Amino acid sequence: MTTPLVEMRDISIAFGGIKAVDHASIDLYPGEVVGLLGHNGAGKSTLIKILSGAYRRDQGEIYVDGKQVEIYNPRDAKALGIETIYQTLALADNVDAAANLYLGRELMTAYGTLDDVAMEAECRKVMGRLNPNFRRFKEPVKALSGGQRQSVAIARAIHFNARILIMDEPTAALGPAETAQVGELIKQLKAEGIGIFLISHDLHDVTDLADRVTVMKNGEIVGSAKVNEVTQDEILGMIIAGKCPPNATPGPGAVNL
Amino acid sequence: MTDTATGGTGAASRNRDSALTRFLRATEIDSRILGMIGALVAIWVGFDIYSGMLRPSDGLFGGTFLTARNIWTLLVQTSSIAVMATGMVLVIVMRHIDLSVGSILAFVAVVIGSLQVFWLPQLGLPIGHPLIWVIALVCALALGGSIGAIHGALIAYAGIPAFIVTLGGLIFWRGASWAVIRGETVAPMDKTFKLIGGGISGTTPGSIGATASWGIAFLICAGIVAGLLYGRKQRRKFEFPLRPVWAETFLAVTGCVLVLGATYVINRYYWPTGVVNRWAEQNNVTVPEEGLDISFGYALPVLIALGVGIVMTFLATKTRFGRYIYATGGNPEAAELAGINTKRLTVWVFALMGTLAGISACISAARLDAASNALGLFDELYTIAAAVIGGTSLAGGLGTIYGAILGALVMQSLQSGMTLLNFESAYKDMVVGGVLVFAVWLDQMYRRRLK
Ligand SMILES: Nc1ncnc2c1ncn2[C@@H]1O[C@H](COP(=O)(O)OP(=O)(O)OP(=O)(O)O)[C@@H](O)[C@H]1O
Ligand SMILES: [Mg+2]
Repeated sequence: MTTPLVEMRDISIAFGGIKAVDHASIDLYPGEVVGLLGHNGAGKSTLIKILSGAYRRDQGEIYVDGKQVEIYNPRDAKALGIETIYQTLALADNVDAAANLYLGRELMTAYGTLDDVAMEAECRKVMGRLNPNFRRFKEPVKALSGGQRQSVAIARAIHFNARILIMDEPTAALGPAETAQVGELIKQLKAEGIGIFLISHDLHDVTDLADRVTVMKNGEIVGSAKVNEVTQDEILGMIIAGKCPPNATPGPGAVNL
Repeated sequence: MTDTATGGTGAASRNRDSALTRFLRATEIDSRILGMIGALVAIWVGFDIYSGMLRPSDGLFGGTFLTARNIWTLLVQTSSIAVMATGMVLVIVMRHIDLSVGSILAFVAVVIGSLQVFWLPQLGLPIGHPLIWVIALVCALALGGSIGAIHGALIAYAGIPAFIVTLGGLIFWRGASWAVIRGETVAPMDKTFKLIGGGISGTTPGSIGATASWGIAFLICAGIVAGLLYGRKQRRKFEFPLRPVWAETFLAVTGCVLVLGATYVINRYYWPTGVVNRWAEQNNVTVPEEGLDISFGYALPVLIALGVGIVMTFLATKTRFGRYIYATGGNPEAAELAGINTKRLTVWVFALMGTLAGISACISAARLDAASNALGLFDELYTIAAAVIGGTSLAGGLGTIYGAILGALVMQSLQSGMTLLNFESAYKDMVVGGVLVFAVWLDQMYRRRLK
């Protein structure tokens, strides 16, 4: 069997007494989409933020390509090819779409100055593919709609040859056409061998796109299963009751019956 | 050629827009800047007319304000605050504040004052040695920058709010300035160093004369035209909509006329007769009957402020450093998540602010020809006020360098004008304070209407 692209082992983090993530382990293979499910506050965002470098874990290990890595900040994660679309989008509201797209990785002219025109041109191309109705390239992103802002955040994550993509509710603000577009995009990225963590509350979306699902409850992993080996009702049971079906691998959060 | 004013908007909606809106859109001029220039013109004309009613003189409207001499002085007086205001913009854009710049200015001034008057001569550099001013200048920048960097490190890495760190700095460095010279005044400054203040040292003026002033003016005009052409070329390369040719021409012509006009006015301010005579004596020139008109030309502190303004605008708009400052001000968390080292950035921004305070320390000490621990008192407040009047938002993420410089000019104009009218200093303070609040209120109203 191939080595996993990412493996997070026995990860814990607490915020002032609240165990947001409690001894969680999760893995991801190249070309695979893993759906991360769970109720509000289950610890999904917190777990993936540890991988993206936004939080420092209290305990546990992270492996990329089988090698143990230390991720102290978002720069470390990006250097490992980990790109993230945050639930909060994490855009700089006061600058335009192109500046956000290239934030931290600006295109420069031969004189070492910002090449704003080239960035805008590139941004028009990327956004044209993702959201053809997008027109407002000059405005600060504060002036954009929720879905437009989300498109900018998605564009930023996929534009820089990620090997590992984390999508925290990437379609929450999108209309049906744009959601379908993102679905197509995920399939395309998957075919290119990129590993994707997909967090969503839309069970249909997840079962459509994911190969496996991992369910969290109260910071703990309830269990993981191949999507085609469990029913939607069984997944719902995992999310709501923490009940691990026979075809799934149970985690520490599984309720013993 | 693809000369379209705007993409998107249809012809119908374009016709409904007022002429001013269309003009602003085509030229891409920030309407707030127009408002500020309007306010400045109103202040200038108002003071000139009013002073003319009290005491007729040769100003543009018959007063004492719009004379070459007063405009020249006004620019010199503005330069110290203008230099620091350009840095304060970036500090405030990053959602911080720096209350310590006036005290840093005093500390740097007394240190470099003591350096030229006491310490360097003790080390064997005699008073008047040509290296003294260079050493003083370099020390001022390094010292100011280091103090700023210490403040920045305390804010970024120790997590102490900027307000507290720099409030501490305000008190600490003022005290330290007293300690260095035990409350005395150090004077006079080195005779070359003194030129940084713009005054005359013997028969050497701290300004560049008529010819060099015209030279600089033409260089700036060439820069304006080249900048517009380059921007146009870039936009054409990527097939973006271009500004209409008339708008580009308007911008170029207006810019050049303003620069050349200012230079003309500045060059009409001549050396006083006493200095001319002394100079003529030394150089064996006979002064003709009607006197000899020797122009001061642009003063060194004004050129320093201009240079700082250009460099800071470049930093803010054309470099990663500037982009990161604005992005961090807009959303610090997003900037961090995008991989920007916001802590290091904070240290750099405060170090830059300190360096600018060092430059202003040189200007202030040189202009006064003395250094004392009272130098730059309240300058932090004027600097913040200049940035805020110039449109910098205390909420962060928003502000321009040229706005802050204009803000400094507005404030100094008010103060100079009231001085000309013999206002008592208490009333001047009340007016400046009131104008600060009024300007911010106006700006807020404007922004709300824009929504
Ligand atoms: N920065 C923080 N400080 C304190 N507590 C936090 C912080 N971030 C998350 N938490 C807590 O950790 C727990 C897990 O939060 P998390 O955001 O990971 O949930 P989630 O599974 O992503 O939920 P949702 O579906 O609502 O996005 C919650 O109880 C939350 O209150
Ligand atoms: Mg979440």
